[in-house]
Amino acid sequence: MKNGQFFRPTVSIGLLATVLVALPFVAALGGQAWVRILDFAILYAFLALGLNIVVGLAGLLDLGYIAFYAVGAYTWALLASPHFGLHWPIWAILPLGAGLACFAGVLLGSPTLKLRGDYLAIVTLGFGEIVRIFMNNLNAPINITNGPQGITLIDPVSFGAFKFSGTTQIFGLSLSGPQKYYFLLVALAILVIIVNLRLQNSRIGRAWQAIREDEIAAKAVGINTRNLKLLAFAMGASFGGIAGGIFSAMQGFVSPESFSLIESIMILAMVVLGGMGHIPGVILGAVLLTVLPEVLRYGVGPLQMALFGKMLVDPESLRMLVFGLALVLVMRFKPAGLWPSPERKRELQEAAP
Amino acid sequence: MDIFLQQIINGLVQGSIYALVALGYTMVYGIMGLINFAHGEVVMIGTLVTITVAGTLLKAGMPVALAGMAGLMAAVLVCMALGWALERVAYRPLRHAPRLTPLITAIGMSIVLQNLAMMLWGRNYMTFPSLLPKVDFELAGANFTAIQIIIVLVSAATMGGLLLLVYRTKLGMAMRATAQNPAVASLMGVNINRVIAAAFVIGSALGALAGVMVGTYYEIAHYQMGFMLGLKAFTAAVLGGIGNLAGAMLGGVLLGLIEALGAGYIGDLTGGFLGSHYQDIFAFVVLIVVLMFKPSGLFGEKTGDRA
Repeated sequence: MKNGQFFRPTVSIGLLATVLVALPFVAALGGQAWVRILDFAILYAFLALGLNIVVGLAGLLDLGYIAFYAVGAYTWALLASPHFGLHWPIWAILPLGAGLACFAGVLLGSPTLKLRGDYLAIVTLGFGEIVRIFMNNLNAPINITNGPQGITLIDPVSFGAFKFSGTTQIFGLSLSGPQKYYFLLVALAILVIIVNLRLQNSRIGRAWQAIREDEIAAKAVGINTRNLKLLAFAMGASFGGIAGGIFSAMQGFVSPESFSLIESIMILAMVVLGGMGHIPGVILGAVLLTVLPEVLRYGVGPLQMALFGKMLVDPESLRMLVFGLALVLVMRFKPAGLWPSPERKRELQEAAP
Repeated sequence: MDIFLQQIINGLVQGSIYALVALGYTMVYGIMGLINFAHGEVVMIGTLVTITVAGTLLKAGMPVALAGMAGLMAAVLVCMALGWALERVAYRPLRHAPRLTPLITAIGMSIVLQNLAMMLWGRNYMTFPSLLPKVDFELAGANFTAIQIIIVLVSAATMGGLLLLVYRTKLGMAMRATAQNPAVASLMGVNINRVIAAAFVIGSALGALAGVMVGTYYEIAHYQMGFMLGLKAFTAAVLGGIGNLAGAMLGGVLLGLIEALGAGYIGDLTGGFLGSHYQDIFAFVVLIVVLMFKPSGLFGEKTGDRA
């Protein structure tokens, strides 16, 4: 609150809440596409905060995080779509998806926890690829995942008769599908932020930080490193599972393509670019990396037309090129991320030669 | 038996290519402890440069051997320059940054290179000009081509040369010293910046060679080909114990063999339940199993506790 002395916390929270409520209506002025982009920004923030538990707090480099997201997404897709003719309620699927993802996390974690640093990274990467390849190929001999075609017509989120797809009238306001999902996602994001905050300052959170800084020393002072590392994996995975379920319902369609390695890498990039282990930083990273490519998508083409009068290069590849360059430049000039935690900033300044 | 032999040959060829690419990863990792995620894209650029140069020269009526050599040289030079530039732009300024920061710049550079390649060469598959004569041999019921023999031999010779460079020259000594302890090495008069740049340049040259081999072998190239190849090669490097040159070579060959044999036999082993499209899984399953029992790879030294 160093810079926020002028505002009392209640005022800033009120202001933030107003902005959060107004945002989907402002975005809707530019079309529903922007509301959807907003939805994805929050979904990715949710995912990035889940990964932040594993990477930022416990210091375990996980390059296969998307696998847990995939488990959650496919759980929802299989249990709430015409594919198997099942239409389970959200109360059953979401916890089940989180539970299965958690189980997958423990399954991956238990044999690999003695690995260090980059060895752990490559094993998690391999695990993510294994999950994706299975989803791509489990359509024969028994059709479980419908292979590369994916699963379509997935049920939207609904509480009783209240569906999140389509437009509804509430209190005289007309809310579109993406706008409703927005509020659901904000609620979930607040939940994961609270969990993150509570964890950070808890006994468990401090034990994780000790493991991150020096595992041997942590062990020496009596921290059960094995169980705590497993717990970090399991918690991160559960959040991935929940996000996957919502993704599935929101899109109405899943295919293995959405769960490739590059997605894992993007989420990691959000965490690192924003400021590892620092909640506002991670959210900033997620929002930036989701919105930036979209802004570029709409901006690059017209800009070329304005500057040169014709399309010089394919806007799609130019957009990704600029995105890659942005990653490099941010890390080059802000090595600790855009918004690092104050302690981390101090450590870096001390460590600098 | 002939399927077995056939798959051994295929695995050996694929494995030599993995090994060459894996060396690029392992050299950089051994010296600076950094996963150079953009290395796969360097290999891809090598293949595409060869297509352009050799293809143009062939069209101009140059003899095949000459055009092929020119293509290879061009690829090696371009990739060396690229490796040097990568280190200068994306990694050198971040040498004292937190550990994950260079990982993200590496990913950024990988995205940049891929899209640059897409702009320059387009998004379609390109055919690689045939630079080597197509001669088939038969041995005990298994078929193999001259191209396969050349790939294996050239890889073996190159790797031998690299070992000589690292263990018999002054530059090699400087590299090993830097890998052990950069601070002390620089006190002994080793120019760390030069050594690191050399590791990138040599690794990229090997990558270019591997890229040309991939092109000749599969006769097809694409701007996204570097990603999976790089991933597999990196897996091979970790399998052998990352940072260890011999480990990367053996890991590469081993991975190639496992994949080929796995793809050949998985159908029989699982009673037809899993088919050969699960080929890509083997690399990762073997990796996980090996690391469970040998946490620092097959030939890796035991990592220090503060690694």
